[in-house]
Amino acid sequence: MSENENQSAAQPPAVQEKVSLWSLFWIFAKIGAMTFGGGYAMLPIITRELCENRDWLTEDEIMDYFAIGQCTPGVIAVNTATFTGRKMRGIAGGIVASLGIVFPSIVIITAIASLLRNFAHLQPVQDALAGIRVCVCILILNAVIKLWKSAVVDIPALIMFIVIFLASVFFDISPIIMVVAAGVCGILLKGRKQEQAAIEAASDAVYEGKTDVPVGKSANSASAEGAAAQNSPDGKEAR
Amino acid sequence: MEELALYARLYWEFFKTGVFAIGGGMATVPFLQDISKKTGWFSAADLANMIAVSESTPGPIGINMATYVGFTTGSTLAGSTPFIDALLGVIGAIIATLGLITGSVIIILIIAKFLEQFRDNRYVNAAMYGLRAASVALIAAAGVSIVLISIFRIQNISDWRSAAIDVRCFILAAVIFVATRYIPKVKKWHPIIFILISAGIGIIFHMGA
Repeated sequence: MSENENQSAAQPPAVQEKVSLWSLFWIFAKIGAMTFGGGYAMLPIITRELCENRDWLTEDEIMDYFAIGQCTPGVIAVNTATFTGRKMRGIAGGIVASLGIVFPSIVIITAIASLLRNFAHLQPVQDALAGIRVCVCILILNAVIKLWKSAVVDIPALIMFIVIFLASVFFDISPIIMVVAAGVCGILLKGRKQEQAAIEAASDAVYEGKTDVPVGKSANSASAEGAAAQNSPDGKEAR
Repeated sequence: MEELALYARLYWEFFKTGVFAIGGGMATVPFLQDISKKTGWFSAADLANMIAVSESTPGPIGINMATYVGFTTGSTLAGSTPFIDALLGVIGAIIATLGLITGSVIIILIIAKFLEQFRDNRYVNAAMYGLRAASVALIAAAGVSIVLISIFRIQNISDWRSAAIDVRCFILAAVIFVATRYIPKVKKWHPIIFILISAGIGIIFHMGA
C-alpha cells in the first residue's frame, strides 16, 4: 500500500507512527460534527485537521480526494474519510474513518427527529414547518442553478437535462434507470471525442515537457466541456 | 420478523441510493422521493422537512437525510412504548446510514489503488459528463414536486386543476430567492438563517393552516 500513494507526495512525510483505529474514528467524528453542509464547505476544516494539525495528508492529496469524490458515488465527505483511513490503516482504517464521519449525524439527527416527532402535531410547529418548506424550495432551486453551470455545458447536455427532467416530472421512472442511461449516453457522446482531445493534450504535454498537471486542469485543455466540468463549484459560487 | 424485513429493505434502498446518487447532498433527494413513492415510509412533505433539518445541522447533507429517513421509518414500526419506538428508530437510522455509505466505501477502497488513472480516464470523464446532467435534471424534478406541495398545495402535477396558489408562500419564496441570489452580503449567509427566518414567518402568518 505504499507504492501506489499519490505521486505528488514524492517525499514521504518523515516516519509516520501508526495511528490507532480509535483515533481515526475520533478525528473523523470531530470533522463530521464541525462541518455544516458538506462538500466544499468542509474543505477548510479537513485541511486544518488533517494537514495542519496532523501530518496525515498533503494539500495535494486532499484536492485529489475531492476531485475523485466528485466522480464517484456517495458523499464527498465520506469518500475523503475512506481514502484517508485507508492510507493510514489499510482497509479497516477506511471503514473505521467512514463510520467516524457519519457518527455525529446519527446522534444529532436522531435527537432532532424524535423531538420533531413529539411536537409535530402542535399548530406553531406545523406553521413553522410550512414556512420552512417554502424556503427549501429555494434552497433546491439554488442548488440546481449552482450545479447547472458545471453540468449543462453544451447542447447535448441540455437535451439530456430536458429529457430527464420532463421524464421524471411526468412519469414514474426510477432515477437509477435515468442515471445509468445518462452515463451510457455520456460515454457514447464523449468517449471518442475526448479520446482525440486527450491525444492532442498529451502531445501538447509532451511538447511542454510536463506530464503531471494539477487537479482541475488535467489534460483536457482541448475539451472545454471537461475543463468547465472539473472546475470547483466553489470557485463559481464565489462570483 | 417484520422488523428484520423492514430493516433489510431500508438497507437495500439506501445502498442503491448511495451507489447511484452522484454529485453532492441534494443528489439524494430524487432517490428519497422515489423511495417515498414506492414504500410510503414518509410523505413528500416529510421529505421537505428532512431537507431543512439536514441543511441546518452539522454533517454531510446526504448522511443527515439517510439518518432522518431511517429514524422515521424505523420508529413507525409498532413499538409498545415511546422508548422502544425511539430505539427502533435509532436502529433504522444506523441501518440506513450504513446502507448509504457501503457502496461508496467499497468503491473508494478499490479505486484508491489506481487513483490517477481513474481520474484521468476518458470513459470516466465521459460518463461523468452524462451523469452531471442527469443529476441536475433529477434534482430539479424533485424540486418541482416539493414546490407543488409547499407552494401550490397539491400532491401531483396531474392535480394541477385543484392547485391553490398561496400568496403568502409565493411572496416568501420570491423574497428568499432574491435575498439568496442578488443581495450582496445577505446571499453569503448560511442556509440555516433563511430556514429560521422562514420558520418565524410561517408561525406569524399561520402558514400551516
